[in-house]
Amino acid sequence: MIAEPENLIIVPRRHFGRIVGAAVVCLALAAIVRAFAVGQIEWNYVAEFLTVQAILTGLVNTIVMAILAMLLGITLGVVFAVMRLSANPVLSKTAIGYIWFFRAVPALLQLLLWFNLALVFPTIGIPGLFSFKTVDVMTPFVAALLGLGIQQGAFTAEVVRAGLLSVDNGQYEAAQTLGMTRLKLLRRIIMPQAMRVIVPPIGNEFIGMVKLTSLASVIQFAEILHSAQNIYYANSRVIELLIVAAIWYIVVVTVLSLIQGRIEAYYARGVAAPAQR
Amino acid sequence: MTETLPQATFPKVRTIDADHLAGAPLVLAQKVEKHFGHLKVLKGIDLAIPKGEVLCIIGPSGSGKSTFLRCINQLERIDGGALWVSGERVGYHRDGNRLYELDDAAIARQRRSIGMVFQRFNLFPHLTALQNIIEGPVQVLSEPVAEATARALALLERVGLADKRDAYPSQLSGGQQQRVAIARSLAMRPELLLFDEPTSALDPELVSEVLKVMRDLAETGMTMICVTHELGFAREVGHRVAFMDQGQIVELGDPRSVLVDPREARTRAFINAVRH
Ligand SMILES: Nc1ncnc2c1ncn2[C@@H]1O[C@H](COP(=O)(O)OP(=O)(O)OP(=O)(O)O)[C@@H](O)[C@H]1O
Ligand SMILES: [Mg+2]
Repeated sequence: MIAEPENLIIVPRRHFGRIVGAAVVCLALAAIVRAFAVGQIEWNYVAEFLTVQAILTGLVNTIVMAILAMLLGITLGVVFAVMRLSANPVLSKTAIGYIWFFRAVPALLQLLLWFNLALVFPTIGIPGLFSFKTVDVMTPFVAALLGLGIQQGAFTAEVVRAGLLSVDNGQYEAAQTLGMTRLKLLRRIIMPQAMRVIVPPIGNEFIGMVKLTSLASVIQFAEILHSAQNIYYANSRVIELLIVAAIWYIVVVTVLSLIQGRIEAYYARGVAAPAQR
Repeated sequence: MTETLPQATFPKVRTIDADHLAGAPLVLAQKVEKHFGHLKVLKGIDLAIPKGEVLCIIGPSGSGKSTFLRCINQLERIDGGALWVSGERVGYHRDGNRLYELDDAAIARQRRSIGMVFQRFNLFPHLTALQNIIEGPVQVLSEPVAEATARALALLERVGLADKRDAYPSQLSGGQQQRVAIARSLAMRPELLLFDEPTSALDPELVSEVLKVMRDLAETGMTMICVTHELGFAREVGHRVAFMDQGQIVELGDPRSVLVDPREARTRAFINAVRH
């Protein structure tokens, strides 16, 4: 038996490794900050261009494009995930083909394909009813939206499918037993549970999408990077304007991460600790 | 188009009044067969269950008890024979000599009047106890939320969980979850309740609270088919007991005769094995 210790002093363990590690990291950070401070960057230009009209318009275009492309991607993703799990072989094979093709072809290449669609189909429409010149329809905005949204749909379909498969089979049976039809069962019972698995990766992909919209600058869509480039073609402040764009990307992604945390907490209700209602 | 049901005769059972026996059976199974690939799981089940009867099904693991229940509410499709619930042919619509397979919506409609209670409860984890109970009435029966809520609260009261209305399933014990699941089934005002080993996943001390709810239900005249290993419950509450083995009903009758003094050697062997 061990006697009860009296008046003994506890000496905390020393973490020498941590102290050394922290010192090294701080030194490295200081060096980087110094390099940028003394480097040939005119920080007053960065401040000045951060809020000019062209940049703000580009920022809005970036956000709008990211949201619309993501909405298109999620819609297509849900539709193709449900198709892929369907018992109908035509539907499931079609979904597999879509996912295979649009995941394989690089996003930048898809944007260029959509933008240059007029080379293949000079006009689009339903013969005899209406038709448009493809160059009029396929604006940079439409081409970017289709290119980004459709390839996003292929990735999202796999995420949604994993989410649907993560829901216990007993949930399908309990909902069927209540007399729910397939669509209602998916919407009311399965999807809300699948969301717990789906939301974290979708949040990630949304953040990826914000940055992916920068690809649309190559097809002249006026998102923020394109706006920054237009300005530095005129005034040659290349690095300053790239930093302006980078700052805005960081701001948007930070805000999105915060929102993502909220959404995850909502769908984890009933599973994790009781959410405050 | 309702078809005339084949005549069914029932053995004499306790405490079911003659009116019920005279009418058409609520559930009628004729030569029901089910295969999974080459495995024959149900080999011609014949059974007639009058309204208000509590039928307990016992039998060894793999004998097809769950499969039979699942055929009744079309979680499985039968491969032979025929099933009727409330005089309607399960899964088909008959017109003259033809049987038309029902579509998704019609199958869903047939399932509404049949409740099922599962071994692993299968409550919806993203909904509270109250929300679990009103989900069916509101979404499927289009009942107003206020009305469904009032009924749900009464049902929670009835299963002894009035104070748990806002608890999520993960915050409830197994016995409490199963009682919510029973309330969820009852909220659909079913004509028939199927229980598939409702107490098998419960800790021993929680079994009795669920059995009590089931016993109360039986007293209200609910038609129930209970697959169970609780022989005491089968004997006290069941009007009849069926012993299933290898996809067949080997013995069917009065609980006392089946459980205490079985005719068949297989039944006797099973009961002795469960007792010890
Ligand atoms: N979906 C399925 N696919 C293939 N075989 C199945 C399937 N469902 C059940 N079976 C088989 O059918 C047989 C009967 O299963 P069932 O679940 O009806 O038995 P049970 O009497 O309920 O047994 P237990 O007491 O273990 O629950 C078993 O051999 C089982 O392996
Ligand atoms: Mg079973």
